Amino acid sequence: MAKITASVYTSHVPAIGAALDLGKSNEPYWQPVFKGYEYSRQWMKDNKPDVIFLVYNDHATAFSLDMIPTFAIGCAESFTPADEGWGPRPVPVVQGHPELAAHIAQSVIQQDFDLTIVNKMDVDHGLTVPLSLMCGQPEAWPCPVIPFAVNVVQYPVPSGRRCFELGKAIRRAVESYDQPLNVQIWGTGGMSHQLQGPRAGLINKEFDNAFLDRLIADPEGQASMPHIDYVREAGSEGIELVMWLIARGAMADVAGGPAPKVAHRFYHVPASNTAVGHLILENT
Amino acid sequence: MSLDKPYLDVPGTTIFDAEQSRKGYHLNQFCMSLMKAANRARFKANERAYLDEWPMLEAQKLAVLARDLNRCIALGGNIYFLAKIGATDGKSFQQMAGSMTGMSEEQYRDMMIAGGRSVEGNRVVGENGDAQANRQPQGQSKQKASA
Repeated sequence: MAKITASVYTSHVPAIGAALDLGKSNEPYWQPVFKGYEYSRQWMKDNKPDVIFLVYNDHATAFSLDMIPTFAIGCAESFTPADEGWGPRPVPVVQGHPELAAHIAQSVIQQDFDLTIVNKMDVDHGLTVPLSLMCGQPEAWPCPVIPFAVNVVQYPVPSGRRCFELGKAIRRAVESYDQPLNVQIWGTGGMSHQLQGPRAGLINKEFDNAFLDRLIADPEGQASMPHIDYVREAGSEGIELVMWLIARGAMADVAGGPAPKVAHRFYHVPASNTAVGHLILENT
Repeated sequence: MSLDKPYLDVPGTTIFDAEQSRKGYHLNQFCMSLMKAANRARFKANERAYLDEWPMLEAQKLAVLARDLNRCIALGGNIYFLAKIGATDGKSFQQMAGSMTGMSEEQYRDMMIAGGRSVEGNRVVGENGDAQANRQPQGQSKQKASA
């Protein structure tokens, strides 16, 4: 039986990817960001999963306004890093896990979540920056990845509650897979940031740290927070944080198991326009 | 029955909802086309001619030509789509975001390094924060405007 062993949460700021790709990670501006992930890169080596189920959002890359799926699961053999306008990031092609992805798609749809199945898709910084932060700059990513794209670009986006419930359904789907796979689920995006209008540059450390506290200790309570609170308190793009609730909903304690171990916690302002938050929770 | 839009009273913020998306469809799809290097080259060679290939509003085309991102957003643009214009111009996301505040690039960068814009006074229209309409533009442009 496959099992979710841990969840990882991280911002996916594009400038972090650019800093790595352009060899700027030792500059004073970026040093504190990458230092916050030193533990995580070692942790990834010590806790190498068989598959990463990576929850992220597409930023007008694979999905234009022609089609806007709320939840899309990548079932392809592989996914190419996209050219987002600056040219593609020089990172490895992402290998998928079509068998597990198809299994999860079938199971989760049968649990009443209407997933869009995607068999051909490029992946943008939302997916590749978390991989870079956790794995550094390898020749190949350490394991297959199932991309799971959530619409947080066009409102209304899915509620925190629905994301949390979806996480529960994903855990059940993984646990019903016959192969003994070690699966990690990652929730990415956030933390507080706003990229538009005269309010651009908004950061709210108090909100972000309260979110981290509550995500760890009271995810059910955090899931009941309405969208407007994220927009008002964490900026229009801070709404990405609902994706963290998908990963959190897939942890064992939500289904009556023991509380997860907080293996690592990190917070830093700024990376470009954004507050960087990061957590690693292990099922015990 | 009217729709629930509790986000209309957040200052300095336009939420990209289904209505904005409908208004901005062609503008945003034009932006998507700039993800191809050949299209970026063609756009740069003659911006007006390239824009005229799209069934966009004249006001949308003028806003693109002026690189007025606030105006683009008011006319249905979304920042993740508009970012393709910035990428074509060789601008970073920070330069694009900063351009919407009226602050200089340096002022905006310094604000971020100092911890970002405070939420105090910027939660609801009518408070006294720096993102409120009566305090625009911010930074350098404001100093120029009052000089």
